[in-house]
Amino acid sequence: MPRRSTPVLRRLALATEPWLYSAPALILIVAVMLVPLALGISYAFRDVKLLNPFGAPFIGLDHFRELMTDRTFSRALKNTVFWAGASVVLQFLFGMILALLLNRPFRGRAIAQALVFLPWAVPSFLSGLNWAWMFNPVIGPIPHWLTALGLMSTPSNVLSDPFNAMWGPIVANVWWGIPFFAITLLAALQAIPRDLYEAAAIDGANALQRFWSITLPFLAPTIAITILLRTVWIANFADLIIVMTNGGPADRTQIVASYIFTQAFRRLDFGYASAIAVVLLLLLMTYALLIVMLRQSLLKRA
Amino acid sequence: MGKASLLGMVAHRLAILAYVVVALFPLYWLLKVSVTPDRLLYTEGVRMWPSQASLEHYVFVLAHSDFPRFFENSVIVSGSTAFIVTIVASLAGYALSRFQFRGKVWIVILMLLTQMFPLVMLIAPMFKMLAPLGLTNSLTGLVIVYTAFNVPFATFLMQSFFDGIPKDLEEAAMIDGATRFRAFAQIILPLTLPGIAATLGFVFTAAWSELLFALMLISDVDSSTFPVGLLSFVSKFSVDFGQMMAAGVLALIPACLFFLLIQRYLVQGLTAGAVKG
Amino acid sequence: MASIDIAGIRKSYGAIRVLHGIDLAIRDGEFVVLVGPSGCGKSTLLRMVAGLEEITAGEIQIGGIRVNDLQPKDRDIAMVFQSYALYPHMTVAGNMSYSLRLRRAAKNLIAGKVSQAAATLGLENLLERRPRQLSGGQRQRVAMGRAIVRAPKAFLFDEPLSNLDARLREQMRGEIKRLHHALGATSIYVTHDQIEAMTLADRIVAMNAGLVQQVGSPLDLYDRPANLFVAGFIGSPAMNMFRGTYRANAPAVIAADASAIPLGRGYQVEEGAPVTLGIRPEHVELGGSGSIAAPLDLVEPTGFGTILHLRAFGADVKAFTLERHTALVGATVPITLPPDCLHLFDASGERLV
Repeated sequence: MPRRSTPVLRRLALATEPWLYSAPALILIVAVMLVPLALGISYAFRDVKLLNPFGAPFIGLDHFRELMTDRTFSRALKNTVFWAGASVVLQFLFGMILALLLNRPFRGRAIAQALVFLPWAVPSFLSGLNWAWMFNPVIGPIPHWLTALGLMSTPSNVLSDPFNAMWGPIVANVWWGIPFFAITLLAALQAIPRDLYEAAAIDGANALQRFWSITLPFLAPTIAITILLRTVWIANFADLIIVMTNGGPADRTQIVASYIFTQAFRRLDFGYASAIAVVLLLLLMTYALLIVMLRQSLLKRA
Repeated sequence: MGKASLLGMVAHRLAILAYVVVALFPLYWLLKVSVTPDRLLYTEGVRMWPSQASLEHYVFVLAHSDFPRFFENSVIVSGSTAFIVTIVASLAGYALSRFQFRGKVWIVILMLLTQMFPLVMLIAPMFKMLAPLGLTNSLTGLVIVYTAFNVPFATFLMQSFFDGIPKDLEEAAMIDGATRFRAFAQIILPLTLPGIAATLGFVFTAAWSELLFALMLISDVDSSTFPVGLLSFVSKFSVDFGQMMAAGVLALIPACLFFLLIQRYLVQGLTAGAVKG
Repeated sequence: MASIDIAGIRKSYGAIRVLHGIDLAIRDGEFVVLVGPSGCGKSTLLRMVAGLEEITAGEIQIGGIRVNDLQPKDRDIAMVFQSYALYPHMTVAGNMSYSLRLRRAAKNLIAGKVSQAAATLGLENLLERRPRQLSGGQRQRVAMGRAIVRAPKAFLFDEPLSNLDARLREQMRGEIKRLHHALGATSIYVTHDQIEAMTLADRIVAMNAGLVQQVGSPLDLYDRPANLFVAGFIGSPAMNMFRGTYRANAPAVIAADASAIPLGRGYQVEEGAPVTLGIRPEHVELGGSGSIAAPLDLVEPTGFGTILHLRAFGADVKAFTLERHTALVGATVPITLPPDCLHLFDASGERLV
């Protein structure tokens, strides 16, 4: 005999069904990400030092005033832009070329594909350490090759050079990040219907023209989204910098995200770290808002 | 075959070869130093392969150091996280794929937002939240944190796999007498095995590589995961390169294995929504 | 087996009204076909009977029991989907026995029912195969087998033959009809193909834009279509239609070219009112007394007969004859429109008597 529920109960059951399925995920996210976020924002306005167990007095905007005169912070801001810009541009370029190369079937493609995507499997800290060791003239080949090529006078460690140290993590980041772009772009390339290319070839288009008029327009949305999201992610990716230079030499390779970490982890000044984090959050929200507005205006144009 | 296309083919193969070499060289170097015995390390620094290879570093790392402990901790944490995340993300991804409900938009926005903001920000409050609960210096604490971090992306992954399975399969099962949950578990889930494999692999790799939160939350050597252990080793014994590289090679093995297994599915997964399975 | 009663059913998706009030009483053992163009609401109605869509207003009863609040699994109905919806990872036997296994029926009972259904549908040799190893027709039969095994109160078919090619569709039509004779099951069948409707139905429900246009036996709809929609939808090639005005004196319709088409009797409509005259191509007589010479535009030989595209009364007229026609394009063909084969519709499209 089927269970007969009242109309109200049944409607209620149906309405809550999707929420029941999403509940575990939502509870986790709220508890582990939103609550600390709120807490963290409050720390920005308090003096919270881990070494000082006696309460966390409210100090208002003191941290922010300190930030405005913090030279390391302003350098970190510039570094973040350079770090994110160089990384994304190089990752995208090399990733795009790789995706195009892999889009054509050839013997051994499966193996080649697995091998060139391998860097992504390497844990980021290991990739950082690995490249740090390769840049180290004691046991790594790169300083010696650079000297042989004439780019360096004597083999020395890029990572100790205050002017060029940033390139160390950038190279590691590009090596590590090419597969991500390549995979995403390859998936998008493979979604383009073959017959469009065939029709264009019959119409008389050569390879470059086909790329311009078919491949790029189809890829444009994927490229745009990937680059926009990835830029933010990379801008906040501090692991490589922490591992390779720890923000040095003399805080010259700090980006905002790594600066937050060193303030929290090494100086144990949770309040100041949170203040920097709040500024970062505001910058990100501005970035997101710009993207949304850009999208709206593009949609209106379409 | 015309001359132009032969040239093109050669160029194509050379380019692929260049990428493969660049991709593999650092790993090769890692391997090379790890099998270079200490006495040759500084004299033969830049050779492509040591004149005499030796496994002494591996022996040391495996038998006389804390690395096996670190390895074990990482396996426990990454495995548990991957397992739990896959379950949670399957449920949530199913909800997003099959139901239209008010608030769906908000859930999607919430998940997108979590992908965009820097997790580094949460380090300080996270420590203060977990310390009184006794979850610092604890693998359980790490698992909870990692699970929450990975759920949004995993949910999107699973959702795109679910989108590739036609809805009438559940409807047929529900008419046959199954409740929706039963249809989900018995009919739909088995069909998304590639998606599950991809999610497991992706989350495992992500948890295996996580450094900053592990560094912050774990200070006890006994509970250290691999990244923390390796990093502390590096800072304490920065001249034992051979041993560190051996440890690095060991750390690579699970991650690369997993990845090689699932990379095929990742490409598939990203296009799964477009082509109905 | 059971009757199905549909009363006052309305369906809206948010602000969009899809069904505007459907009333239908289906007798026990009847084969009812819901037919209409895409978007008319027939599939939505079927899915509401199945419990796959929420009912916005109205009531559905199966076997006298109100099912509005019952889940699909509690309604004791079986459904055959357009895409078959076979479980890919189960064998044919597994697919057919799934519902029984859910109810924890005894193993030998399951085996018995499965082999019985398989025998009825000619699937005995395929029981261990997976769906991907079957052809389209075989998959459709497995889908039906899955439904038969349950011995449900009613069968619901959602455009089951749309994915098959023409030849297979013909064959499966016959099988479905034979199955219905053998099982005598109450069935609701949804299709956009009027031939399937005509050949399979005990009664046809013609639907358009969320409303029932006409309910009746196939021949009812063919002989006495209630409005222009039904008249144009049922029958192939489609009914010819002429606009004109009604003349009461010596009843006739004045066509667009001012010629008069005799009606033979009076109709209940005013003098001079705009009307639409309909006649099926197969009823257009070639030759006969009082015929009009119509120029021939196009000839479509179908082997079975010939469709002639003519021009008369200021409009395109199609005539269908079982003979092989030898007239050439451009020649004139004498045609008559027999009065008792005429259908008259008023300005709003309703049938006139």
